[in-house]
Amino acid sequence: MLRLLNIEYHKLRFSKSSRVLITTYFILITFIALIASIEFNFGNVNFRLADQGIFNFPYIWHFNSYIAATLKLFLAIVIVSMMSNEYSNRTIKQNLIDGLSKKEFVLSKFLTVVSFALLSTIFLFVVSLILGLSFSDYTEISIIFSDMEYLLAYFIKLTGFFAFCMFLGILVKRSAFALGFLFIWWIMESIVRGVMEYKIFRDSNIAENIAQFFPLESMALLVREPFSRLNAVQSAATQLGSEITKDYSIHWYQLLIVMLWIVIFVYLSYLLLKKRDL
Amino acid sequence: MLKRFTLKTILRLNNLTKKFGPVTAVKDLSFTIEKGNVYGILGPNGSGKSTTLGIILNVVNKTSGDFQWFDGSQSTHEALKKVGAIIERPNFYPYMTAAQNLELVCKIKNVSAKNIDEKLEMVGLLDRRNSKFRTFSLGMKQRLAIASALLNDPEILILDEPTNGLDPQGIHQIREIITRIAATGTTILLASHLLDEVEKVCTHVVIIRKGEKLYSGPVDQMNASFGFFELKATNDEKLMSLLNSHPAFGKVVQKGEIITAFLEEPLEAEALNTYLFENGLSLSQLVKRKESLEEQFLLLTNQISA
Repeated sequence: MLRLLNIEYHKLRFSKSSRVLITTYFILITFIALIASIEFNFGNVNFRLADQGIFNFPYIWHFNSYIAATLKLFLAIVIVSMMSNEYSNRTIKQNLIDGLSKKEFVLSKFLTVVSFALLSTIFLFVVSLILGLSFSDYTEISIIFSDMEYLLAYFIKLTGFFAFCMFLGILVKRSAFALGFLFIWWIMESIVRGVMEYKIFRDSNIAENIAQFFPLESMALLVREPFSRLNAVQSAATQLGSEITKDYSIHWYQLLIVMLWIVIFVYLSYLLLKKRDL
Repeated sequence: MLKRFTLKTILRLNNLTKKFGPVTAVKDLSFTIEKGNVYGILGPNGSGKSTTLGIILNVVNKTSGDFQWFDGSQSTHEALKKVGAIIERPNFYPYMTAAQNLELVCKIKNVSAKNIDEKLEMVGLLDRRNSKFRTFSLGMKQRLAIASALLNDPEILILDEPTNGLDPQGIHQIREIITRIAATGTTILLASHLLDEVEKVCTHVVIIRKGEKLYSGPVDQMNASFGFFELKATNDEKLMSLLNSHPAFGKVVQKGEIITAFLEEPLEAEALNTYLFENGLSLSQLVKRKESLEEQFLLLTNQISA
């Protein structure tokens, strides 16, 4: 396993574009801290975002996982291109001839995907911990380390998304087209969901129940948007006469669905590679 | 040199077949590769050479039949770690230097990286070891590919059209390298559509056309034919009839003044001369020839199309 990771690391290490994208990604995660400095001044109303409790434990785990997850596209580009470049440079062929099995090839890519997700999770943990310790109103150990399941969800979500990208890279063989395909897939999911919700299954939650099994939707559901959980937003909504009742927690079956997709994508990648003549 | 006498099978193909949709690229191909020989796979473009190599190298899926590396006790990808192969164009990571690319190959093959400089030296690229692959000329890329294939000191070196697209100087360099490798006793399998290439380096040859094997065996026994005579006499008609009635001759053709008679069984020039003289014919020209490799090749590859 280490050998496979080592091989993949060697391939990425010398690629300038991958290096730039990966560094940008991690720098951008640290930029979450900059949110702390966002201030609005409406006349004499002074509004500082950091004071709204976004960096309070344990809410920060949810907030930061959500924000950081939006940056995943940077790594997605790296992953898609590390797959498709193997095709365009025809190095996949040479790798196999040199004695890498097709199974090992897919496994080496998947291990890289998992490492990316893991690194990102650890990094996010550290950044959030530091931010939280500096801004949170509560710093009791028991509160700090509660709601940590958001990090698990974040990890699974990233792994799932990257596994999807890996599969698309192998399927489409061209990085630009694979990313385009990803975008089209996202639109398709939204359309199918919309049609089901507003045409076929009106006034019931059947559409929602089906849509939660879609790959991208299932990943999105893992870490829902955290903004409506903020006190300020909640109280504003109450004043407007509506109440936000949303389920922000992470359910085991949601994790399971995404993990199932991971298995499917990895297996399909392998199957595709096995069937193809290179 | 001793290796040449310890007969050890490196690769065995049994009725290998590959179909691409309705097209049969490789048809029922069987041959064996023994240790220590230099083999050529010869065939015109599109005859299935690369497909055959692709199958045994794990990048093309066979339709039926099977093949076996070494004694067959290992999986193909494990066996490939003991093989050095380059097919078609040299494929490397353009953003890595020559040495970095070779390091990667070492990692894949699970061998130590200490051989890299030695192999680069061998193909004359040591001074370019830290240049990026994308800055290389085609000839240099091809030489790097050979260096990469040699990293594990392979049991067999497989080369597919190694001189394709190179300028004369590049071709010369590659051939020189191959000859040097062959001299060390390394088994080589060389696919080519160029006859003189195969003639110059190979001891054994497998000729395929449209995916079918036409011949396999030593280069010098390639043609079952016994050569032919080129004859000239003042009385053409008599010569023709005499040749046609002789049991040793098959086809007899007249081209201008020269009559070419193909042998179907061995016959010495002297015996023919005596036979003709005894039948009252004097020759003004008598030449016995064997087909050149090129003629043999053309003969073999056209045999079936008739």
